[in-house]
Amino acid sequence: MDIFEVVKEGFNTLTLNKLRTGLAMLGIIIGIGSVIALVSLGQSTQLTIQNQIESLGANLLTVNPGSQQNGVIRGAAGGATTLTLDDANAIKTSPSITTINNVSPEATRRSQVTAGRNNTNTEIVGVTNAYMAVHKIEIASGNFINNTDDQSSAKVAVLGPQVVTDLFGEGADPIGQNIRIKGMAFRVIGVTVSKGGSGFFNQDDIVFIPLSTAMKQVFGINYLTSIAMEAKSQDVMTDAQNQVGYFLLTRHKLNNPSQADFSIFSQNDILNTAASTTGTFTALLGGIAAISLLVGGIGIMNIMLVTVTERTREIGLRKALGAKKQTIVTQFLIESIILTLIGGILGMVFGIAASYVITLLLGSPFTISISSIALAIGVSGATGIIFGWYPSQKAAGLQPIEALRYE
Amino acid sequence: MNIIKVSDLSKIYKTGTMETIALDKVSFEIKKGEFVAIMGPSGSGKSTLMHILGALDKPTSGEYILEGKNVEKLSDDQLAEIRNQKIGFVFQAFNLLPRITVLQNVMLPMSYAGWPIEKREEIAKKYLTMVGLGDRMYHTSNQISGGQQQRVAIARALSMNPAILLADEPTGNIATAQAEEVMAIFQDLNNQQGHTIIMITHEPDIADHAKRIIHVRDGKITGDETNRRPRLAKNFSAKK
Repeated sequence: MDIFEVVKEGFNTLTLNKLRTGLAMLGIIIGIGSVIALVSLGQSTQLTIQNQIESLGANLLTVNPGSQQNGVIRGAAGGATTLTLDDANAIKTSPSITTINNVSPEATRRSQVTAGRNNTNTEIVGVTNAYMAVHKIEIASGNFINNTDDQSSAKVAVLGPQVVTDLFGEGADPIGQNIRIKGMAFRVIGVTVSKGGSGFFNQDDIVFIPLSTAMKQVFGINYLTSIAMEAKSQDVMTDAQNQVGYFLLTRHKLNNPSQADFSIFSQNDILNTAASTTGTFTALLGGIAAISLLVGGIGIMNIMLVTVTERTREIGLRKALGAKKQTIVTQFLIESIILTLIGGILGMVFGIAASYVITLLLGSPFTISISSIALAIGVSGATGIIFGWYPSQKAAGLQPIEALRYE
Repeated sequence: MNIIKVSDLSKIYKTGTMETIALDKVSFEIKKGEFVAIMGPSGSGKSTLMHILGALDKPTSGEYILEGKNVEKLSDDQLAEIRNQKIGFVFQAFNLLPRITVLQNVMLPMSYAGWPIEKREEIAKKYLTMVGLGDRMYHTSNQISGGQQQRVAIARALSMNPAILLADEPTGNIATAQAEEVMAIFQDLNNQQGHTIIMITHEPDIADHAKRIIHVRDGKITGDETNRRPRLAKNFSAKK
């Protein structure tokens, strides 16, 4: 009997009890479907986060002040005051730093902002015009902060779209209106284009004011909270990190990197961290879905065992007529593989459709990888073999006379 | 020429510490072209004997030679091959697969032999026509009568042209008139085509159709007689 005939006979057997076949398949459909849907959802989230991080600016390097270590005594982190505007200017003008395009000195604090009766707590960022180039900021209306604003410590502000919504209502035009930060009035001169993001990572919940205004008048500080830089290309990121790092060490009169009173993050670091986080997340989702696939597989095994018991006489007869062990094993394995493979293909269609609908609702990009399709087919076939193996061995091991006598 | 030679064949079943002797050192020979009925009451050991002769079971001791080949020590798969190639079974309960057609049922042993489908179909059709079911080939087995089912089983048993036809109470589940038909086919196969037939039965009327009757009781052969004037089954032409 060739394999084609066995497959055909398997199909015929399975169509005899459509309800049972359908229910057994349902376990696999749900299992494979949820693996595909959840993994694709995870990948889509990963892509969204990646896009957001990249939208922070291309080839971004950020220097943050860190505590200085003095022997075993480490100063307080976060409140470090070791970065100054002079550092930023020196980086910009130093002939030894060849891999940096733009340098954006920044001073950031959270503060309450009011406009009329409305108020919000948001991030106030003191910036120079360089911020726009380094962070790829686009202006929806009005202008960004320019050098004159900075030199004259002008009381002007550029708002993120979220702040506009919070203070003036959705879609309002705030240009020319006043907002108050720490009691000082600022005239709104521009609104940025939305960059997306949510929660702690909302890039639209932000207010830009000139750096000199921020340091001297609003925060009352003489240091920077970060210096952002744009490297000339993706390839020189590491070089740029080293050049800036050693330059600042020298400027701060420190001997070796372990004493550094600052830290440099590249966008790559953030991307890698995010990738590993969302990768874990995807694996977790996939793992949960895999459990449902396992349950589906056990369902198949259960049905196959029932089938073997029900067809004991048939197996006995087939053996009496000359079917060898392997023939019986093949017959039952093929049946269970047909079950799981069809279940797998249906589950794949269901999973792709589900992830398409979900990504559509979330507005995130829809991705289906070939690998997850191959995985679905492979895993469902393997499920058939693994969970059909024991029942088929049981069938093949029946003694023909006992099987024939079975009522 | 001996087709079957059985010497000192014993079968002992063990249940816990209890031993039941189903066959007790049975010896006989069957020649090619014989039509033998094995008779005995239930529990006499005739079914056990039939299982061993049919290579469905192995004896506890003794020797069973089928067409010059020792069968008692073969592996499960080798026994399956013997059943497939050398033995045609006709069961009391017919044992047709209900969900496939009559034709496919007859083709089943040939498919296990790995024959190509065209050859299988040709042979199956030939034997179905021979047992008078040429017009029922595409019915499923639950669409035909018990007597017809038994004739399908005979066609299936013949399909591999086996050395022996082994019938276990072939008329036990069918009406008398249809039993006559089955006996007529057996006599025709034996007389006209020279098939060797071994039939297990407890009915003297049915056993009377055979040319030789072996009596079994308590696991021993109690009689082995030649039936000089076998009863002739009523005019059923198997070839119609």
